Amino acid sequence: MHHGLGELLNTQPYTLDAKSKKRALDRILGELTVFHFENCEKYRRILEAWPYDAYKSPESLSIPYLPVRLFKEFDLKSVSDENIIKTMTSSGTTGQNVSRIFLDKDTATNQTIVLGRIVSDFLGTRRLPMIIVDSSAVLRDRVMFGARGAGILGFSFFGYDKIYALDDNLVPQVDKIEAFLEKHREEKVFLFGFTFMIWKYLLKEILDSGKTLDLSNCVLVHGGGWKKLLDQQVNNNTFKSALKSAYGLLDIHNFYGMVEQTGSIYMECEQGHLHASVFSDVIIRNPKDFSVNGVNSEGLIEVLSVLPASYPGHVLLTEDRGVLLGEDDCPCGRKGKYFKVTGRIEKAEIRGCSDIYAV
Amino acid sequence: MQFELRDLQVLTNKGFTPEKAKTFKPLHPFDRAVVEFLDVLSRKLLRDPIARQYPDIVTFAFWIRKSNIGILREDYERRHDFSKETLYGKGLVFHVAPSNVPINFAYSLVAGLLSGNANIVRVSNKDFPQTRIVTDAMEELLDGGLWPGIENLVTVVKYQRENAEWTALFSTICDIRIIWGGDETIKEIRKHQLQPNSIEICFPDRYSLCAIEAKAILSEENVATLAERFFNDTYLFDQNACTAPHLIIWVGDAETIEKAKPLFWGAVREYSGKKYPIAPIVAVDKLVAFCREAIGLGNVRREIDVDNTAVRVAVSSLSEEIQDNKSYGGYFNEFDARRLEEMTPVVTKKVQTLSYFGFSHNKIAEFLTQGNCVGIDRCVPMGKTMDFSLNWDGKYLVDALSRTVTF
Repeated sequence: MHHGLGELLNTQPYTLDAKSKKRALDRILGELTVFHFENCEKYRRILEAWPYDAYKSPESLSIPYLPVRLFKEFDLKSVSDENIIKTMTSSGTTGQNVSRIFLDKDTATNQTIVLGRIVSDFLGTRRLPMIIVDSSAVLRDRVMFGARGAGILGFSFFGYDKIYALDDNLVPQVDKIEAFLEKHREEKVFLFGFTFMIWKYLLKEILDSGKTLDLSNCVLVHGGGWKKLLDQQVNNNTFKSALKSAYGLLDIHNFYGMVEQTGSIYMECEQGHLHASVFSDVIIRNPKDFSVNGVNSEGLIEVLSVLPASYPGHVLLTEDRGVLLGEDDCPCGRKGKYFKVTGRIEKAEIRGCSDIYAV
Repeated sequence: MQFELRDLQVLTNKGFTPEKAKTFKPLHPFDRAVVEFLDVLSRKLLRDPIARQYPDIVTFAFWIRKSNIGILREDYERRHDFSKETLYGKGLVFHVAPSNVPINFAYSLVAGLLSGNANIVRVSNKDFPQTRIVTDAMEELLDGGLWPGIENLVTVVKYQRENAEWTALFSTICDIRIIWGGDETIKEIRKHQLQPNSIEICFPDRYSLCAIEAKAILSEENVATLAERFFNDTYLFDQNACTAPHLIIWVGDAETIEKAKPLFWGAVREYSGKKYPIAPIVAVDKLVAFCREAIGLGNVRREIDVDNTAVRVAVSSLSEEIQDNKSYGGYFNEFDARRLEEMTPVVTKKVQTLSYFGFSHNKIAEFLTQGNCVGIDRCVPMGKTMDFSLNWDGKYLVDALSRTVTF
């Protein structure tokens, strides 16, 4: 299917201005819409009821945005079962359904390529010695092997001589980390982990045990969501300044992404802004009427990605709130939209005499 | 047997013990002291400036006035031939009130009282001001010692859902158990057995409809008022009360319906927009519901509307499955019909309330008597779906909660 992607895959991730990017995305996303319409019965039904004409000249803004929750309720796929090589699941909290995402060979390959192009824009093209702030048990445990395992595997591609910072019981191995840093003191060291794991284990547990680390020569990439930390009043600023003052760690990049659109992640630049690459886009929608918000106006985040070809996940409405900050003019020099994530939408307190189970 | 009153909040009748509750001698329905007590309670509530801020309390207070109870009593008397029978309350009624409709507990209690019973009412754990205001008012009246016959009849309690031992205990000592609320609550409460001679009345999940004569919308001078009435039937309780319509049947010719819809929905949006801002989660939940319905039914089409106040999904045919696709907070299925009778396929036993606009009482009566519908327990004009009646879910409560002695 990926007839349209070839050329885009060779484009530097942050080089297209708004106009050229729109031209490229409208075409590819329009092709994906037609493909899924013709190959996924459930998607076809949604578009017909929407109602949306898949064959009209494509306009990214008007392509139906499927709520991400649908991937928890339905198996949505556009390729036959024998072509599915991998099923990814979100690491849902206990009791919740998890998303199931079906990948064929092309989609999986393109995810790897695109992730590589995006991340190397921040880390450089050379592989770096890598410390994974997690336990290797995450990859061994079939039950836990969800988004966390997949994230670690995906990012491991950018490292060499990898070590895990935590043992099987999630205890930080300070001596091991120090020895590793010493061994690679001439190089930049790549730290990777999930936001909450970084905060809880790399920062809190090590400091609480009275030890410290010198991470001034490291670059940290972290993602996975802020929910647990925001509950503890920790935001991106607190997070960054705590790591800076404790370990001298300055080079920190958060990323925003989801299992439903693996690969085309949104990386945080030196200015603290999340960036859409040429492989993806964000639209902020007003929850009142789902109209498109301009800059500086909070709304629901819609994510668009050129990658999902084996399942209809190229245009999704998330349950995250965010604000568009600008387009093509971030002081970091990268083109494309930049934005910030401000939280998740709150659950509703419903009146009435019926039981309510939704959300 | 000794019962420890642990983790039980007693809101009225503080001297409550399970032992005392069992010794009660039932009264005749519409007992004089009960009617007097309710009238005094009504006046007390209507005088209280705080209580008056809650329209549901005000409606309740008017409902329990002596004059209204008198009307209910006349209706009760018409139903019985007292030269051949006399009625008594069954004894002790254990009410499990719904967790999300604040005032419902009070109506359930009054139904129990009017039929001559002592009552234990378990109210929601949520801290509703309405519950506090009504129980405080009752407790103040009873505290004065002027109502010796009444105080043991009105026990309102609160306890955590996890403290199932209370549910177990009240279920053992009651003669009737009333369970309001959804199917899941009923399943949960039914884990606790009743005595062999006790009975249970349940109010399970229901589905409700609204029928609109399109022509009547076009000739209606005050569509805004109509929208307000529709709002009270739906959005006021998040469209999640069992009486709230989820399917709107438009009756008329295609052209008239086409003209009537924007008039009606425009007015609904105008009114709801002010009173019911759509929370982001509600907007997303309704979009999910729409996608789910599109996948499940396949014959639906969403109406493009200017905002998310009312998500409307037209169905081209009616089947029972539509009932599984309800949502909340302003999510409506719509069906265009030539005649009222076309709605019959969707009128299953699960259907409770049919609210209507533009039809004469006779037309509705004709539909119900000739239509051979297995469902629909009540028909009310638009705006009246939440009005409580002693006849609920097809059951006349005074009879259901009492014992008829024939001679």
